[in-house]
Amino acid sequence: MEAITDFVSAIVLLLNFIVVPGLSYGSQLALGALGITLVFGILRFANFAHGDTMAFGTMMTILVTWWLQSKGINLGPLPTALLALPAGIAATILLLVVTDKTVYRYYRHSKAVPVTFMIASMGVMFMTNGIVRFVIGPNDQRFLDGERFIVSARNFKSMTGLSEGLSIKVSQGLTIVVAIVLVALLFWFLQKTRTGKAMRAYSDNEDLALLSGVDPDRVVLVTWIITAILATIAGTLYGLDKSFKPFTYLQLLLPMFAAAIVGGIGNPIGAIAGGYVIAFSEVMVTYAYKKVFVYLLPQSLEPQGLLQLLSTDYKFAVSFVILVLVLLVRPTGILRGKVL
Amino acid sequence: MSNTLKTQLAFSVIALLLIIIGLVQSWNVSLGILNLCLISAVMALGVNMQWGYAGLLNVGVMGFAALGGMSAVLVSQAPVAEAWQASWGRLLIAALCFAATIAASIICYRILAAGRNRNLALALVIIGGLALTRFFFDPAVTAIESIEPAKTGFLGGMGLPIIFSWGFGGIVAAGIAWCIGKVALGLRADYLAIATLGISEIILAVLKNEDWLTRGVKNVTGLSRPVPYEIDLQTTTWFIDFIRWWHSGALGVLNEAEQPPALKQFVIDGSSIFVKLCYTGLFAGVLVVILLLSVKALNSPWGRMMRAIRDNEIAAGAMGKDVTRRHLQIFIIGSAVIGVAGAMLTTLDGQFTPTSYQPLRFTFLIWVMVIVGGSGNNMGSVLGGFLIWLVWIEAEPIGVWLMAFGTGWLDESNVIRIHLIENAQHMRLFFMGLVLLLVLRFSPGGILPEVVRKQGS
Repeated sequence: MEAITDFVSAIVLLLNFIVVPGLSYGSQLALGALGITLVFGILRFANFAHGDTMAFGTMMTILVTWWLQSKGINLGPLPTALLALPAGIAATILLLVVTDKTVYRYYRHSKAVPVTFMIASMGVMFMTNGIVRFVIGPNDQRFLDGERFIVSARNFKSMTGLSEGLSIKVSQGLTIVVAIVLVALLFWFLQKTRTGKAMRAYSDNEDLALLSGVDPDRVVLVTWIITAILATIAGTLYGLDKSFKPFTYLQLLLPMFAAAIVGGIGNPIGAIAGGYVIAFSEVMVTYAYKKVFVYLLPQSLEPQGLLQLLSTDYKFAVSFVILVLVLLVRPTGILRGKVL
Repeated sequence: MSNTLKTQLAFSVIALLLIIIGLVQSWNVSLGILNLCLISAVMALGVNMQWGYAGLLNVGVMGFAALGGMSAVLVSQAPVAEAWQASWGRLLIAALCFAATIAASIICYRILAAGRNRNLALALVIIGGLALTRFFFDPAVTAIESIEPAKTGFLGGMGLPIIFSWGFGGIVAAGIAWCIGKVALGLRADYLAIATLGISEIILAVLKNEDWLTRGVKNVTGLSRPVPYEIDLQTTTWFIDFIRWWHSGALGVLNEAEQPPALKQFVIDGSSIFVKLCYTGLFAGVLVVILLLSVKALNSPWGRMMRAIRDNEIAAGAMGKDVTRRHLQIFIIGSAVIGVAGAMLTTLDGQFTPTSYQPLRFTFLIWVMVIVGGSGNNMGSVLGGFLIWLVWIEAEPIGVWLMAFGTGWLDESNVIRIHLIENAQHMRLFFMGLVLLLVLRFSPGGILPEVVRKQGS
């Protein structure tokens, strides 16, 4: 009997520290990587400003959330930020459309090389970052309200009688649900609607699409709008789950790029797969497995060390090593993106 | 306007600005800015070699600068004898294991045919080798870090004068650049950018976590100096005599009782300016040497070949130039220059703090310098380094002043006014981005564009 409870405890431990965080972090990365991959597929450059676009969207959402909270409006158990999201998205769409009109359009029309776009996106990154820090400051901001947990560790323990607790935060559950809904909508849009088909055609073969009467300005506009939606939602979910700090969003750029490339850049399904691959490897490599083995092995074989492959600060290294491996072994990514 | 005239004009403007700062704020501030301008210029030269000569997009400047900083620690700190005693045996075995792992994986890669078997064998060798290495290495690290963790807790350095670290920083950065270049240089421009961005984060992660090497986030403070200390100067006879002579006019009008305190103040101010001037001399020396070499190299057949590769890789390859090797070469040289600058920066700071390395400041700002100054033009990069650093530093007080002025009609305790003034410093990021975008859009060659010499001219 004890062997079975120990086994179940080990499973719960893994669920609690690897599966749940991995799923929610992976969903956040996947949504971010989708934005990067869309911009890459349509506009054909690696957008360095994407992390700061997320920060901007989140900031606008936070500002509206605070305003709503001050008016006493809330969503009960759910975070008020959900109510503020549309406003944040609208502001981000405005930002991206304005940057496109003022910055990228010129290079698009003059047929500049992708590297020029990339350097321009560094400039946009600086400006957006400046705005975010100017408006909300460089420090941590908390805007989570409503219920904290769907299942708290204490309730889980008293319910099951196990010695290990499983906790699922509202923000984690919300992240996973929202990500599924959003991705489903995106794929429906890309596969079924006229505009979506035009986007795919444009990404696949620009000249042919233009000959077939696809309006490039419209495609680009829609791409930025979708990117804004994805970025704001991804940023807000990340902010709800962890906390909002402009600098961390800049750092998210690397795992998101890694996710997009690992999955196959320009390929939306690849971006999602890449997001989960990166997230799970980060969580798995930096988790200390000692307790799991304490449950699984007999006492005499109890492990000495923490059984942690790498310290948590190396999580960037993990996403990067995967990135390099994929680039060397399979340059098009797991799911065959395009190499322009 | 010819480029030479433009160069002279631009540098005169910089000199004028520095003099104005010296007169308005203080000479101390002005010289402090000048020193960092010089370091920035060296860094910009390094990036310019990679981007301007060869078109390699290195977004990992921060990592190489941090490696330079690390070498300042490793060269100048005294070795910690107890730590070596406690761990040298295990460290040696761990190093041998590591070397053996690398050798074995190279052999595996060479002798086995490509395919699943080779990948599997490689994975086994690497995982097994690393596990074995860590078996010896982890106890060694524990032993090292347990020795006086509040004061040392690391292996220490070589105990040499810190000025040697400038060369050593270049060598370390070059070595790491070789490893990175071998892996990443075959990639397309945008993949290379992302790869280098990742590598710089990894280098930083290592420096923050490997306490046995650099004390990690516990920082190493009180690094030795290549120039005298202010406190020593203030008690040195020749320096006091010199200050007395320098300020003889001002001291002469004072009476007997007022002279000693006034002289003391002059000596204190003078000593810090003197120290800064010493640094200025050293940094300017390094900058001039690197600049001369760069100009020579760019105008040589080698430089011509580099530009040819940058402008058309395929054509250059068809002419028999080994594009991959040349890319690797320039990547290593450029990174070494950044490493030198990083070591100089840590020397100037007198401390190594891994957390102070931020990508915006150490990678993207350097890029703004290169693009704004003029990519492909060495003088342009130097100018960019000076100009952007000046703007970066002075934008803060000017921004605060502008905000205070612009919100003057609001009440002192107005929340919006306080917020605007407190956060005005962040507007410099916005401003930098704006400058970058404007230059890129309206003058893509930068302030001093690359000089393209045509046949016969």
